[in-house]
Amino acid sequence: METLKRYLRPEQLRELSLVFLIALIFLFFGTQIEDYFSPRIFNRVTSDMAIIAVVAIGETLCLLTRNYDLSVGSVVGLTAFFTGKLLSFYPETVPPIAAVLFAVGLGAVLGTLNGVLVAYGRVPSLIVTFGTMAIYRSTIVAFPAGTKNVVTHELPEWIINLGRTNLFSIGGFDIKPLVAAGLVMFIIFQLMTSYLRFGRLLYAIGSNPEAARIGGLPSQRIVFMAFVMSGSIAGFGGFMFLTRYGDLTPAAAQGMELMVIAAAVVGGVSTNGGSGTMIGALLGAMMINLLQQSLLRWLVISNFWVGAFLGLLILVAVTVDAVIINRMRDIWARRGAESETVGEKGISEKKGKA
Amino acid sequence: MRGILERLRGWEGLLLAILIVVVIFNAVSTPHYLRLQNQINLFQLHIEKIIVALIMTFVIINGEIDLTVGSVMGLAGCVMAYLSEKGVPFEVCLLAGLLTGVLAGTINGFMVSYVGLTSLIVTLAGLIGYRGLARVLLENRSIGNFPEWFNRLGQQPLVGPVPLALIIFFILLIAALIILQWSGVGRLIYVIGNNREVARYSGVNVRRVKMTLFVVSGFIAALSGLLLAARLGSMRGDTATGTELEVITMVLMGGVSIFGGAGSMLGVLLSILIILNLRNGMGLLNITGEIQTGVIGILLILSVLVPNIWRGVKEARSRHRVKRAHVED
Repeated sequence: METLKRYLRPEQLRELSLVFLIALIFLFFGTQIEDYFSPRIFNRVTSDMAIIAVVAIGETLCLLTRNYDLSVGSVVGLTAFFTGKLLSFYPETVPPIAAVLFAVGLGAVLGTLNGVLVAYGRVPSLIVTFGTMAIYRSTIVAFPAGTKNVVTHELPEWIINLGRTNLFSIGGFDIKPLVAAGLVMFIIFQLMTSYLRFGRLLYAIGSNPEAARIGGLPSQRIVFMAFVMSGSIAGFGGFMFLTRYGDLTPAAAQGMELMVIAAAVVGGVSTNGGSGTMIGALLGAMMINLLQQSLLRWLVISNFWVGAFLGLLILVAVTVDAVIINRMRDIWARRGAESETVGEKGISEKKGKA
Repeated sequence: MRGILERLRGWEGLLLAILIVVVIFNAVSTPHYLRLQNQINLFQLHIEKIIVALIMTFVIINGEIDLTVGSVMGLAGCVMAYLSEKGVPFEVCLLAGLLTGVLAGTINGFMVSYVGLTSLIVTLAGLIGYRGLARVLLENRSIGNFPEWFNRLGQQPLVGPVPLALIIFFILLIAALIILQWSGVGRLIYVIGNNREVARYSGVNVRRVKMTLFVVSGFIAALSGLLLAARLGSMRGDTATGTELEVITMVLMGGVSIFGGAGSMLGVLLSILIILNLRNGMGLLNITGEIQTGVIGILLILSVLVPNIWRGVKEARSRHRVKRAHVED
């Protein structure tokens, strides 16, 4: 037990228990649904969760700094819609890379507006992103181009194919290009938040914004950057949304922000800032999606139960965090304080935790 | 304290000025605007939201937030519709709808006050969960066929030209004004919103106040849901989706601090009137609902940004003065 305690931090224990729970859900539905244990469920879950999981990366960056980005659903919708419009107006001339850059750039612009207002305008993020959520959504219909839907048959061939083809498949397990891209992004951002100065600053600012400000950390710049990144990532999410669905109305991706925040929270990212990991958010997205996909095919109850279950899941996750994980974190912190007096090791451990 | 009061008075003055501008603009651009029927319609079209905004003001001043109101409105209406379709006496259905709201509010309140979770997350879970339950009940169907008297209450005027919902709104408005601004309970709500810990150590039963507010919020949301059902004449699983956003916008634009402890009922009333008149005016000018929401989003951000910039400029000026004093030392 002691050795276990030494090597496991509460966050890791939480992630392990998520993995365990996901396995449990998987096994349970395996006994309930015929032909459940097949590559098909893997393919469905990965391609369905990819967008939410990717957008959750940006959301996690904001949540770590104790800010919310409620506008991501509208950013995904807006970038998907206008990238779709761009491609259906110029299906021949726009190269794929330019379309991706357009989506990410558009997302970055929207994220910049959020960031300026939150970091430099000192308007609470909840209010800013509440407002921009409505503003970005209405921007779609404010343009003459926004009054007509994006339809699949006007889009160039490659974008439809991008959503369908596989990068490679191993015995029926298909890896789609965008799923792979999402996975790479997760690895990059996980490394960034755990090892880079920028990443550690996110945690430092989120765990105590006031102390960070007084301590002279560049809070404004970091929070601003978090929002710009969240916007850009949501822009990329918009591109993914376009390739996956093709037909878009101005209401595309409406309400996605709820699913994204739900994924992060179920994955252990605290809305009080300063705690949570990218892997956690990924696991959260995975768990939510596995549940959704499984309930869809479970015949015992109607698939309309998805929403009710999801609400319950979030509630259970935050309750567990508040009651168990926080208590454990106290125990860990006390142990850390003890070993700090013993020697160097404790200090280096503590650094890793901060 | 006097500083806060003065700032609030300033804010309300600004809101009043905006309202007057909007009203004059509307009256000049469309002659139809000033007619009594249009003035009643202007309230009637958003009556459920503004009723919920009254209780939301209490919740936010108390330092919490209730994102579930839209879902509770939907769920209460759906429970009522579901039961009435099953042949349950209609009065019982209405009661069940209201009870649903109380129950939902109790769950929210319990998780926030006694388990100690953040209200934003608890009510986010509720927002998804209660909406999910509403969908479970009605699936993809739309249920109407409510009794004639019920639809008439929602759609026809009750006293003179004034419909029932509007009367309920004005009664609740007066009650809210008295409770929040002139009663001991109202002071408690401000004190808790300002500093929860200080309130607790001063012997205020913080948990009970918060619990009560969430239960009342659930009840009022359910009441609004039933009024909405009466006005629309039918319910669907997704009725009233997104209502919480507009309600919260109304409250925040009224000068209520998102961190709690500051704001006034008068400010919220003015903000409600601004939003209603703005929507009505834009509607008369054939501007679509989507764009109207965007304009209100801009107003929401500006309502916090402009005072911030103003304060920032003032601070920078005084800091500059301090710096100069240091240099001279």
